[in-house]
Amino acid sequence: MDLTLKIWRQKKEYEKGAMHAYQIKNIEPDMSFLEMLDVLNQKLINDGVEPVAFDHDCREGICGACSLVINGAPHGPDSGTTTCQLHMRRFNTGDTIYIEPFRGSAFPVIKDLVVDRSAFDRIQQAGGYVSINTSGNTVDANATPIPKPDADEAFNSAACIGCGACVAACKNSSAMLFVGAKVSQYANLPQGKVESKDRVINMVKQMDKEGFGSCTNTGACEAHCPKEISTDNILTLNREYIKSKLNQ
Amino acid sequence: MDKDRQMLSIKEVADMLNVSQKTIRRHISSGKIQSVKLGGIHRISSEEINTLLGPEQLVQVSPCENFPFPNKVPEGPLENKWENHKGSINLVSPANKRNIDIIVVGTGLAGASASATLAELGYNVKAFCFQDSPRRAHSIAAQGGINAAKNYQGDGDSNYRLFYDTIKGGDYRSREANVYRLAEVSGNIIDQCVAQGVPFARDYGGLLDNRSFGGVLVSRTFYAKGQTGQQLLLGAYSALNRQINRGKVEMFSRHEMMDLVLIEGKARGIITRNLVTGEIERHGAHAVVIASGGYGNVFYLSTNAMGSNVTAGWKVYKNGALFANPCFTQIHPTCIPVSGDHQSKLTLMSESLRNDGRIWVPKNKEDVIKIRNKELKPTEIAENDRDYYLERRYPAFGNLVPRDVASRAAKERCDAGYGVNKTGQAVYLDFESAIIRYGKEKAVSSGQNAEDNSLVKRLGKEIIKAKYGNLFQMYEKIVDENPYETPMQIFPAVHYTMGGVWVDYNLMTSIPGCFAIGEANFSDHGANRLGASALMQGLADGYFVLPYTIGDYLADDIKTGPIDTEAKEFKLAEKRVKDFVFNIFKNKSGKPVDYYHKKLGKIMWDKCGMSRNKDGLKSAISEIRNLKKDFYKNVFVPGDMHEYNEELAKAGRVADFLELGELFAIDALDRNESCGGHFREEYQTAEGEALRNDSDYTFVSCWEFQGKDRAPKLNKERLLFESVKLKSRSYK
Ligand SMILES: Cc1cc2nc3c(=O)[nH]c(=O)nc-3n(C[C@H](O)[C@H](O)[C@H](O)COP(=O)(O)OP(=O)(O)OC[C@H]3O[C@@H](n4cnc5c(N)ncnc54)[C@H](O)[C@@H]3O)c2cc1C
Ligand code: SF4
Ligand code: FES
Repeated sequence: MDLTLKIWRQKKEYEKGAMHAYQIKNIEPDMSFLEMLDVLNQKLINDGVEPVAFDHDCREGICGACSLVINGAPHGPDSGTTTCQLHMRRFNTGDTIYIEPFRGSAFPVIKDLVVDRSAFDRIQQAGGYVSINTSGNTVDANATPIPKPDADEAFNSAACIGCGACVAACKNSSAMLFVGAKVSQYANLPQGKVESKDRVINMVKQMDKEGFGSCTNTGACEAHCPKEISTDNILTLNREYIKSKLNQ
Repeated sequence: MDKDRQMLSIKEVADMLNVSQKTIRRHISSGKIQSVKLGGIHRISSEEINTLLGPEQLVQVSPCENFPFPNKVPEGPLENKWENHKGSINLVSPANKRNIDIIVVGTGLAGASASATLAELGYNVKAFCFQDSPRRAHSIAAQGGINAAKNYQGDGDSNYRLFYDTIKGGDYRSREANVYRLAEVSGNIIDQCVAQGVPFARDYGGLLDNRSFGGVLVSRTFYAKGQTGQQLLLGAYSALNRQINRGKVEMFSRHEMMDLVLIEGKARGIITRNLVTGEIERHGAHAVVIASGGYGNVFYLSTNAMGSNVTAGWKVYKNGALFANPCFTQIHPTCIPVSGDHQSKLTLMSESLRNDGRIWVPKNKEDVIKIRNKELKPTEIAENDRDYYLERRYPAFGNLVPRDVASRAAKERCDAGYGVNKTGQAVYLDFESAIIRYGKEKAVSSGQNAEDNSLVKRLGKEIIKAKYGNLFQMYEKIVDENPYETPMQIFPAVHYTMGGVWVDYNLMTSIPGCFAIGEANFSDHGANRLGASALMQGLADGYFVLPYTIGDYLADDIKTGPIDTEAKEFKLAEKRVKDFVFNIFKNKSGKPVDYYHKKLGKIMWDKCGMSRNKDGLKSAISEIRNLKKDFYKNVFVPGDMHEYNEELAKAGRVADFLELGELFAIDALDRNESCGGHFREEYQTAEGEALRNDSDYTFVSCWEFQGKDRAPKLNKERLLFESVKLKSRSYK
């Protein structure tokens, strides 16, 4: 198929960017979206033009690196799908595809479609852990049975890949879904309960400091989350936060 | 004269190959080297050298007796070695640890767990990764599970059994003491991860669940759906974050290690490139730990992430560390087949699927043809017309034979013309029987009608979905077929590298102060790795081994004081890196880096892949050499070095892959036996099974860099088997 691509090009963080149009031909339906961009980049290099920069690594939907807004939707049109898992059979010849970075005031553009999501790491550093040293003499793993529903719930929250689509999808650039997922994972496990009070306060404090907006319950985050993390995690986050504040 | 076709003197050739002039003369008179006489003097064309360099007698070989580096395996019975060793090695006091800096390159399971644990112990850690966050290290992609000898299932598992399975699975090419230690600490890993809040799968009683993997007869694999690597890595990442928050770990994301710095023979730092600003930076430390993962991407197409590379390990090799068994690569039997030339990477379908999936091809060629022409569906082929070739050939282990065996068996069927897709390079992985079996069980246990076929199928599918849901979804997204309804198509793909930087029992390379852990080292898996053992090894190294063994070395360093990055060695290393970068930008037009990477990948796959032979390997060596020359002459990297430039990063990685690829082929050519993933066509049994040669090859091939354009030297570490008897592997 033949396509027109309109892609955000921006040389550096503080330089102005703009959409550029590119024509691309003979794209096969079995190609992934990123393989289509590979084809474009090879062509640009052959023409002596700088290729389009975009983040990617695993190309199988698990590392959370890929981060494109495709036709206005973070990770593109399919639900439960990362950019790297999107395939060209989803498009038709003659289509124009708009490709932009994950925007958000806390996600400055580094180059073209690459953004800086280190704010997510700093939120995790503020409290996204259980304070346990490695010793080789912790209790046996089966000493504390965990009811399967709790374990499954914790797992569902822990499935977040830290991609930032929730932020990019939100008109307020809120990171509540991301933070809620981590807080809920630990809230559902006995191991996480000990520090639950400080954890939620510290993570939320860091989230605000990074400049993420507040949540107005539009649900856009869940709709675009490639791992279908539920907004129930935001409810848990709010509950844990209020509980901690009341107990302070 | 063409510059590439110089005529060299005997002395020049001897220097180049690092052998005596007498040796060259001997080879000339025996006809092994072609020469011409110009003005009465022997001259040898550089092309001739190109085809001869490396292989066989021309490589300098040093026998086992002369192995120059003690492997530091402790004395005493196998079961006591690690305890005794821990009790007797040097320690660094808590007060002194504060004065010691350690660099860790990599934040996968190995690097993140090591960084966190070293920081907990009191060391100052600087951790590096090339991704934008340590959480994205490639360990995140591991699917199936992690082994541990917990014996929770009461099926007779033990440390010894895990040890034995690993030695046997590795086809008797790994070091007993290291493997035993791995088994010994495996249980601690699960305890530690659960304590961190890793949400492993549990049964209805709330206890941890297990599954089986290939090559073993017990259920010892812990898992978190198909996302085990993700959950384990997020656990290690959380431990790392805690130490970053305490100020004990300084994290450098989007940084690529470009070289190692040695001062007075000791590793004292690294040179990195900041991938955002392009800046070349110096970082000093008292020890450097390489945890940079595997080098499967030398094949271009593999299940590794796009950025996975050999650069860190390779730079260590070029600074003098031994590189062990480079040709030991794992080709994983169950991956999604290649769909076309555009393919950028391959996707694994976890081995755990072989618990429930049955592998087959049609028995009759007519059916194969109809399938390829889409005139017949696989579900329409009768049970009797299917060849469940693994069950047929290996009745004891069936679909759960080790990976190397399963991969070769698939290749054998496809080479014989039974491949089921248009390229003939695919076999079926079928869940139909499992769906029915589970569905019937569920119907009976829930008091429903087990004779109702559609009910049984629905119930069965639900169970399969709970077990492998995300894998099935991933398959459907890529292939656009529903694996609940029609069998998956799979084919082997490059997945893991058992070879890597040589380390002693303390996980130190042959460079003092430089350590290697995780997939980057060679240590535990011999010639073939068993499923779910890489995650185990990465975390064993990082949580439970390196943090203690590193003290043995650092105990001598407590008075050293901070490392001066103004030292001339740092400046020299930095210059080496800058020279490389300038050189790469010299060409103002030419071919993209990927062009070279794909070419290299094709040579590797065709000639150094699932089966290898002497002629193929020889031609691979010379093809790679020519490709390397072409690369430096014609590669084009647009943009400049002072900015985010992925093409530049790729160029550095491919430059190292080109060198590694050559050593890989040289190693494969030298090992005149078949073992594990290394299958030499010349060495097989009448039934086509790998034929090991224990009397001549029970050693680790440890290659030592001898300088640019010189053949490397082969050192051999003898493998001693004291607890296990060498046997030919049988899974029948
Ligand atoms: C698809 C897939 C599925 C797998 N499934 C399983 C499984 O179920 N069970 C199992 O046991 N094993 C599995 N494996 C194998 C296992 O995942 C890996 O062997 C293991 O995770 C490697 O961990 P590591 O810490 O050594 O390296 P990695 O996780 O690869 O980490 C490498 C780190 O080094 C950094 N790095 C690399 N080069 C540089 C450089 N030059 N400069 C700076 N940083 C650098 C990277 O940024 C990264 O942080 C799987 C592998 C794949 C590919
Ligand atoms: S919650 Fe979903 S969208 Fe947000 S970071 Fe996690 S996986 Fe991405
Ligand atoms: S590249 Fe890893 S999730 Fe898309």
